[in-house]
Amino acid sequence: MNYLEFEKPLAEIEGKAEELRALARQNEEMDVEKEAAALDRKAADLLKDLYKDLSAWRKCQVARHPDRPHCKDYIDALFTEYTPLAGDRNFADDHAVMGGLARLDDRPVMVIGHEKGNDTKSRIERNFGMARPEGYRKAIRLMEMADKFNIPVITLVDTPGAFPGKGAEERGQSEAIARSTQKCLEIGVPLISVIIGEGGSGGAVAFATANKVAMLEHSVYSVISPEGCASILWKDAEKMREAAEALRLTAQDLQKLGVIDRIIKEPLGGAQRDSKTAIDNVGQTITALLAELSEQDRTALIQNRRKKFLQMGTKGLAA
Amino acid sequence: MNWITNYVRPTINSLFSRRDVPENLWTKCDECGTMLFHRELSDNLNVCTNCGHHMAITPRARFHSLFDGGIFTEVAVPAPLADPLHFRDQKKYPDRMKAALKSTGEAEAMLVAEGEMGRTPIVAAAQDFSFMGGSMGMYVGNAIIAAAERAVALGRPLILFSAAGGARMQEGILSLMQMPRTTVAVEMLKEAGLPYIVVLTHPTTGGVTASYAMLGDVHIAEPNALICFAGPRVIEQTIREKLPEGFQRAEYLLDHGMLDRVTPRTEMRDELITITRMLMGLTPAVKGDLPAPQDAPAVEPPPADAP
Repeated sequence: MNYLEFEKPLAEIEGKAEELRALARQNEEMDVEKEAAALDRKAADLLKDLYKDLSAWRKCQVARHPDRPHCKDYIDALFTEYTPLAGDRNFADDHAVMGGLARLDDRPVMVIGHEKGNDTKSRIERNFGMARPEGYRKAIRLMEMADKFNIPVITLVDTPGAFPGKGAEERGQSEAIARSTQKCLEIGVPLISVIIGEGGSGGAVAFATANKVAMLEHSVYSVISPEGCASILWKDAEKMREAAEALRLTAQDLQKLGVIDRIIKEPLGGAQRDSKTAIDNVGQTITALLAELSEQDRTALIQNRRKKFLQMGTKGLAA
Repeated sequence: MNWITNYVRPTINSLFSRRDVPENLWTKCDECGTMLFHRELSDNLNVCTNCGHHMAITPRARFHSLFDGGIFTEVAVPAPLADPLHFRDQKKYPDRMKAALKSTGEAEAMLVAEGEMGRTPIVAAAQDFSFMGGSMGMYVGNAIIAAAERAVALGRPLILFSAAGGARMQEGILSLMQMPRTTVAVEMLKEAGLPYIVVLTHPTTGGVTASYAMLGDVHIAEPNALICFAGPRVIEQTIREKLPEGFQRAEYLLDHGMLDRVTPRTEMRDELITITRMLMGLTPAVKGDLPAPQDAPAVEPPPADAP
């Protein structure tokens, strides 16, 4: 279990309870269960307290939690017959973007998502979920295929942003992102996007220009990272707490702004404490949204998607 | 010391001195350091007459030289909600807006106009880097949508001059949402079969490049313009190596296949006329400075049986 900075008091209590139980296992005469149970209760109360009203910056930390379920975990748990399809037919296969055919409750779907990796080796292989142009071009290819065979598209967004590298720029990072967003707007099949962790700027938009966008309770979606915003506007990267607050990047604020359609509940203490529940909740939401969208024909899907984005932002923080 | 030196002279000086010596008569070229007389500079569209360095030009000045006789009609842009997030960094967003308004005299970071360019009817939109770095917020999104809608309604091509540091952070996610919104505008033009030409000027970066600026039928850039998604400093910090000379400049992008052409500002108008007329299936243009449409005598079409 990895603890976040603000969870330190919780780590202490849970650590103590664990220590006591370990001692008891070595020495059978000791009876510590009562004491340990009291510590458990204390920890549970504290957890509830900590997560009751997470600040925007804390949500950023939770959204980036290394133990949080990632794209691959969702694909493994929610879909059957997942068949990865690789490559942009042009330059390379980008491992930061997973994609392929799969079945959701027996129905064929195209699933595309950013994968961050879960240990040093896989994180490097996945480039920490930062896609290069090839990743977006692979996504474009898969969306085109889905459109051709009338298969709904489901995207799982979890990226700090597009990769800022020399090669990525030379091969047209901006053009690849722009084309991916454009493809999202052109396909005549349902497009559902779930932000499961970090929705980082243009790299996220390229997948999330969807008919319906859902967000996990503690995930974030923003035009720039709080650190980046702080260093530009505050001239001090340490002001990320203030920047996170000002950017309104939480699921709750984004729903008020009409940018996202649905918030998916996370288990107490965040998705990282109980991946299964989080993944199940995401699955139920995708199924429900897909049922909703399946009633619309091709033209309606395209037109409604466009209308939704054209109307976006007219309300402000009205709620 | 008497009352003349103490009182009369300072009063006279304060009345006249500032007006007598205007400060902006000369501009120093950032590139070669040549002092350029303001009239000479503006006649050359803010391009250094010595080294060819392209300095910033306001949308109004650009339109003045783009449209025949400098005549154009502004296209109204629906006003967005002001300060939707109640954003505050070291300054309040509305205060930053007021300062930008005061320093530029413009309402926002994009100007949209319709008119004729070499007798070719067009709609044009130009981004204003001097207005909060040309940043793309809801207004810029609305402006591009308004421009596309107007172009579709009139059946004209859209020419867009981009210049921006990226998205406007003070509008948070709503600035990010201008990426899909402006892409919808590009789709409107695409469906109507109308040309969409992007002229990328210095600098065009971030979310702007990753949406409408890279979705044109034709991409033309001004020489040496910085065009990128991630800025050079961010990349250097990430990969920890020095970037090659000219990286992310217009000529570099041309070499890497992201642009059709790099064209000096002074030749841009003629080139735009040539390209749009071909794409619109019109006859070759009469080039040069044409008077405003109203003053021009009607051009008789040649008789059909002419040799």
